[in-house]
Amino acid sequence: MGPTTLTTRRVAGARVTAALFGLLLVALGLFAGASPAQAAEDDPYRISGNVQLDGEPLEGVALTVDGPGGKQEVETDAKGQWRVGVPERGETYVVTLDEDTLPEGIAVVDAEDDTPNVKEVELGQGGRATVNFFIGEGERNVTSFFDQFVQRIIQGISFGLMLALAAIGLTLVYGTTGISNFAHGEMVTFGAIAAFLLVGPASLALPLWLGYPVAVVLSAGFGLLLDMILWRPLRRRRVGVVQLMIVSIGLSLALRYIFQLFIGGGTLQLPGSAEAQIPLFGAVQMSVVDMISLVISILVIVAFALWLTRSRIGKATRAISDNPSLAAASGIDVDTVVRVVWVVAGGLAGLAGILYAYYRPGIKWDMGAQILLLMFAAVVLGGLGTAYGALVGALIVGLLVEVSSLWIPSDLKYASALFILIVILLFRPQGILGRRERIG
Amino acid sequence: MDLLQILSNTASSILSPATIGYALAALGLAVHFGYAGLINMGIAGFMAIGAYGYAISILSFDFPWWAGALVGLGGAAIFALILGIPTLRLRGDYLAIVTIAAAEVVRLMFLTTAFDDITGSADGLSGYHGSFRASNPIPPGEYGFGPWVYNETQWWVRIMGLITLAIAALVVWMITRSPWGRALKGIREDEDAVRSLGKNVFAYKMQALVLGGVLAAAGGVVYALPSAVSPGVYVTSLTFFVWTALLLGGAATVFGPILGSVIFWALQTFLSNVLPAMAEAGWLLGLNQIQAGTLRFILVGVALMLLVIFMPQGLLGNKKELTFVK
Repeated sequence: MGPTTLTTRRVAGARVTAALFGLLLVALGLFAGASPAQAAEDDPYRISGNVQLDGEPLEGVALTVDGPGGKQEVETDAKGQWRVGVPERGETYVVTLDEDTLPEGIAVVDAEDDTPNVKEVELGQGGRATVNFFIGEGERNVTSFFDQFVQRIIQGISFGLMLALAAIGLTLVYGTTGISNFAHGEMVTFGAIAAFLLVGPASLALPLWLGYPVAVVLSAGFGLLLDMILWRPLRRRRVGVVQLMIVSIGLSLALRYIFQLFIGGGTLQLPGSAEAQIPLFGAVQMSVVDMISLVISILVIVAFALWLTRSRIGKATRAISDNPSLAAASGIDVDTVVRVVWVVAGGLAGLAGILYAYYRPGIKWDMGAQILLLMFAAVVLGGLGTAYGALVGALIVGLLVEVSSLWIPSDLKYASALFILIVILLFRPQGILGRRERIG
Repeated sequence: MDLLQILSNTASSILSPATIGYALAALGLAVHFGYAGLINMGIAGFMAIGAYGYAISILSFDFPWWAGALVGLGGAAIFALILGIPTLRLRGDYLAIVTIAAAEVVRLMFLTTAFDDITGSADGLSGYHGSFRASNPIPPGEYGFGPWVYNETQWWVRIMGLITLAIAALVVWMITRSPWGRALKGIREDEDAVRSLGKNVFAYKMQALVLGGVLAAAGGVVYALPSAVSPGVYVTSLTFFVWTALLLGGAATVFGPILGSVIFWALQTFLSNVLPAMAEAGWLLGLNQIQAGTLRFILVGVALMLLVIFMPQGLLGNKKELTFVK
């Protein structure tokens, strides 16, 4: 395997896998002293390490250690460990892992490094050093492009539906009140944190079937609370939409840091987020949580669509989105409907928060802010203020984010969605399902 | 708690490069929002382009520092042009969403490992000071009095920052009093009325976007002058902080953004010193020091909300001159 193929493979395939599943290799001083494999016993100082993949030791991986005292070759033993003796300390040695001796489809991955299989180590005055390589799955070699593509599409639909749950609330609020609610991301985070407090093993530890619905209800209550103490008084004062937008930015900042105050800067996990992947066909796989999340998203969106088209309040919501003054004149109680919209938006955002906590995975104080712009992209793509537009836009954004990472580095996948947003506005500023008059 | 030290730190922050950088960015935002009515939520992107343009042209292309700064400003002007063409015909809230998205794209491009050789990805860039420090005419030593004692490098950064700020404020002050500035304010109040007078509204808005963007990029360069460029700085929160500083001082004024930035940073420094000290003394209901540190950002958010609701014209603004039209 030449260096060219290695590079290509790494760039194209291994990045995501590296970030998500890949990793590993923990080897430490702990192991270093434990079991000597093939040590050049006469030399006084040692360089050692441990080669593992997902906790499984890799045997027979060849490494070369170069430095004072000449070049030495060593292979890992049945426990995945290797060590060599070297004659000098206070010197620099170069350790090279021969990637040809790794199992098929496996590579040394390190996004920060162009040649991750070559490491320099400074042997200090202690005379011992440990060298670890990050081994991950070089996906492209084992998975056909088609399988990868299908996998991405499934993940994209799953992410898109989750995004739709959040974006529908955002667009409903925009349609009925004119607020571009920058604090919507924090409503998403609220749902995830509420869920964690209810089902987390360290807090209430409710069963999941009870805890998550309660978390959604709490999120809906949060929407109601915000409307009661903030948005309704501002409606009464007839504050302009630009001011309301900046108020929502202030609210977003305040809420975000309040969350950080309570849960800290780290990541919390909901139970079951490390579920095993179930192979479907070929190399396509999904976890149980992903499947449940997909089903829940679809059910809730269908229920929401029925509510919006069949129920009185749903119809009133659409009437207000179309023309608030006309709706008020024909006897619709705008204030009540707007309150219901805030409650629905809060509940949907909370549910999306729980699902997003599994998708990421993990709960963080700024997780909502991370997808806020994707929600806006979805809403603007579909057409601001239209509920179905948000659904279509969210699916497009979800697919774009997932599928684009087949070709571009995965740390740019959100950028692709935002870039498309800007391009679409060039050609169709009202969005896909929006109407011309809305853009002003 | 050493109150004297805290007050000294607070007073010192008035002259810090961060304050000057914010003041420049807020001044650019005043041109955008205060005078032209453009809701630019991507000010962090302009600052990032200024800072990275400066650092990259010095590190990768061996430019002298002044040429690097010009590259940063030029990059921001080009960014404003690219951004303006699709968005300036759109309504205000669309512009807000698109600019914030564009700023995120810019940040992600600087953050990605794909261009690690040039941008340093997550580590950012540093070590570009040689040329700037070599141009320093001040002999080595410590100068100043009271809380404002700095060495020659620190003074050089501050002096160049203040000169930039003074020039920027003068330019903004002059052009907003010119016929061009009056047309701009007219567009803010009623775009259709100005269009019916035969003015090219799009061109005016574009010129304002470029001018404000270049000022914001100058803010980014000054912000990056003393230490390093880190992609973690140019997040959307930075945009919101600059907005807070602007609205605090007064959006449609020249000195409001400067006053707002000074107050913003003095308060931030004061709180970041005093809150952990209070937590340590046990006055904050059992919050630990880290939690006390986040408290000040909560206060920024609450302050922004209260400002917009109760004092939208800011400290120096004229209540009759509505900055929030529609």
